[in-house]
Amino acid sequence: MLANKKQMVYVILALIVLALIPTLMPGYKTSIATEILIFAILAMSVDIMAGYTGRTSLCHGAIFGVSTYVVLHYVTVIGGSVWMGALLGVLAAMALTMVFAALAIRTSGVYFILLTLALGMIVWGVCLRWTSVTGGENGIRGSVATEWLLNKQNLYYFTAICFAVVTFGMWKFVNSPFGLTLKGIRDSESRMRTLGYNVPLHLFIGFIVSGFFAGVAGALYAFFNSFVSPSTVALAQSVEGLLMAIVGGVGTLFGAIIGSILIISLENFVSLYTDRWLMIMGFLFIFTMIFAPTGFLGAARNFIKSREKR
Amino acid sequence: MSMTIFQLLNGATFAALLFVVASGFTLIFGLMRIVNLAHGALYLFGGYLGLTVANLTGNFFLAGIGAAIGIALIGLIIDFGLLRFVRGSELRQVLLTLGVAFVLNDLALVLWGGDTFSIQVPAFLDGPAEFGDVTYPIYRLFVLLVGIVIFISLGLMITKTRLGALIRAGVDDAETVSAMGVDIRRVFIYTFMLGSALAGLGGVMGGAFLTLYPTADSEILVYSLAVVIIGGRGSLVGAAVGSLLVAMLSTFGQVWFPELAYFVIFGPMAILLAFRPLGLFGKVA
Repeated sequence: MLANKKQMVYVILALIVLALIPTLMPGYKTSIATEILIFAILAMSVDIMAGYTGRTSLCHGAIFGVSTYVVLHYVTVIGGSVWMGALLGVLAAMALTMVFAALAIRTSGVYFILLTLALGMIVWGVCLRWTSVTGGENGIRGSVATEWLLNKQNLYYFTAICFAVVTFGMWKFVNSPFGLTLKGIRDSESRMRTLGYNVPLHLFIGFIVSGFFAGVAGALYAFFNSFVSPSTVALAQSVEGLLMAIVGGVGTLFGAIIGSILIISLENFVSLYTDRWLMIMGFLFIFTMIFAPTGFLGAARNFIKSREKR
Repeated sequence: MSMTIFQLLNGATFAALLFVVASGFTLIFGLMRIVNLAHGALYLFGGYLGLTVANLTGNFFLAGIGAAIGIALIGLIIDFGLLRFVRGSELRQVLLTLGVAFVLNDLALVLWGGDTFSIQVPAFLDGPAEFGDVTYPIYRLFVLLVGIVIFISLGLMITKTRLGALIRAGVDDAETVSAMGVDIRRVFIYTFMLGSALAGLGGVMGGAFLTLYPTADSEILVYSLAVVIIGGRGSLVGAAVGSLLVAMLSTFGQVWFPELAYFVIFGPMAILLAFRPLGLFGKVA
C-alpha cells in the first residue's frame, strides 16, 4: 500500500512537470521537449523487446518510420483525414511488425540482431527506391496536423497526453502476467517451455505490442516533423532508439525516458556546433559498450551500491 | 536471349563481389562469433582508400593492395584496441561494432565528402568484350575471375594450411583448440585482419563498377547479411551459394520490379529461416 502511495506521488509529480514544461521552457525548447517525448515512446518500445524479452532489435526505427511514411502519404498525397492517417500509420506499423515477428521470433541473441537489422534495412532500401510512393530520397513533405495542432504548444500538450497514456499502457503491460511471462522467457526459455508456456506465441504477441508503441511514436513524429525521408527509417533511427534504452538501462522501461532526455538534448546541443552527430553517436555507443553496458543509470546504481557496501 | 545472358553475367559478377565481401564477414562470424556490423563500413572505407591510392599512383592494383592492407590494419585496431574489452559478451561485441560502423562512415564523409566516386580501372580492363551478339564490360568479367580465384585460394587455405586447420578447429570448438596449446587469440586476430582485408579489397573491386557513395556501406552490409543468413555461419561454400542466390535474385529483381528489387531478397531469407534457421550450410554451435 505504501509503495502504491509512493508511486502515486511520483506519477503526480511527473504529470505536473509534463504540464509545466511549455511555461518553464517556452519557444523552441518546447519543441525539443515534444521530440524527447516522442523518442521516449520509441525507446520504451525498444526496451519492451530488449529488456523484457531479451531480444535486442535493430528494426524499430523502420517500424517507427513506416508509420510516419503512411501518415504523411495518406494525408498529403491521398488527401485523407489526419486521424484516419494516424490510425492507418499505427496499423501499418503493426502489420510490418507482424511480418518481422513471424520471421525473427524463432531466433535469439546475435541472430535476432542480425535478422532485425537486415529486415529494417530492407525497409530502408524499399523507401529509397520506391520513388512513386515514397518520393525516394526527397521524401514526403507536408503538414499533416489539424489547425489546432499547428500551434507548437498545443502539439506539445497533445504529445504529452499521448505519452502519458502510452507510458501507462506500457507499464501496465510489462507488469501484467503476460509481461512477467516475457521476463520469464528472457531469463530461461527452456524453463518456460517446460512449464507449458507457448514461448513463440508470447514472443510474437510481445513483439507486436512493442511494434504498436513504436508505430504510435512514428505517427506522432509525422505531426511533429511534417516531413519523412529514408533517413527516418534508416538504421541510425533504430540505433538511436536502442542507445536511449541502453543508456537509461535496459529492462527498466522508465530508464528509456531518461535516455531519450539525455540523447535528444545532447543531439540538439551538439548540432549547434557540428554536423558530426553520427560520429559522436558511434563513439557514445562504443564507450557505453565498454564502460557502462548496463547503462549510465545502471552504472550509477552499481557505483552507489558498492559505496554503500563499504 | 542475349539480354538474359547479359543479366546472368551481371548476376554472376555481382555474386563474385558479394562473395569477396561476405566471405570475410562469415569467417569472422564463424570463428569468433562476432557479427562485425562495421563490415559494410570497412568495405566503403576500403573503396575510398583505394580511390586515394589510385589517384596518387595511377595504379589500380596498388589501390587494391593498399586498401586490403589499410583495412586489415583498421581491423587490427578494432579487434585488438576495442573488442578485447568486451570479450565474452556477444551482445556487447555486436553493438560495439555497430558504433564503429557509424564512426567510420561519418569519418569517410569528412575525409572524402558526399560525392559519388568511381575508381578508374586500367586501360586493358576497360571497354567491352564481345562474344557473338553479346557485348560485356571486360572489367566485370575480371571481377568474376578475382572472385573465383579468391574462392579457390580461401578454400585451399582453409583445407590445406595450418592456419586453415586452426580456423576450422576454432569454428567447431575454440576452447579445445586453446586447451591443446594453440594461441587461439593470435588465430582470432589473423582471421579478423583477413576478413577485414577482404572487405577492403571488395571496396576497391566494387568501387570501380558500383561506384562509392555515403550509403554504399549499408547496401553491401544488407547483402552480406542476407548471404550469411542464407549460407550459414562460417561456411565458405555457404557464402558462395548465398552470394549467387542473392546476386541473381537482386539482378533479376531489378529487371522485373525495378522499384522493389530490395524486397526480392526477402523471399529466400524468409523461406530459409522457416525451415533452416541456421542457413543452408550452418552447423549448430
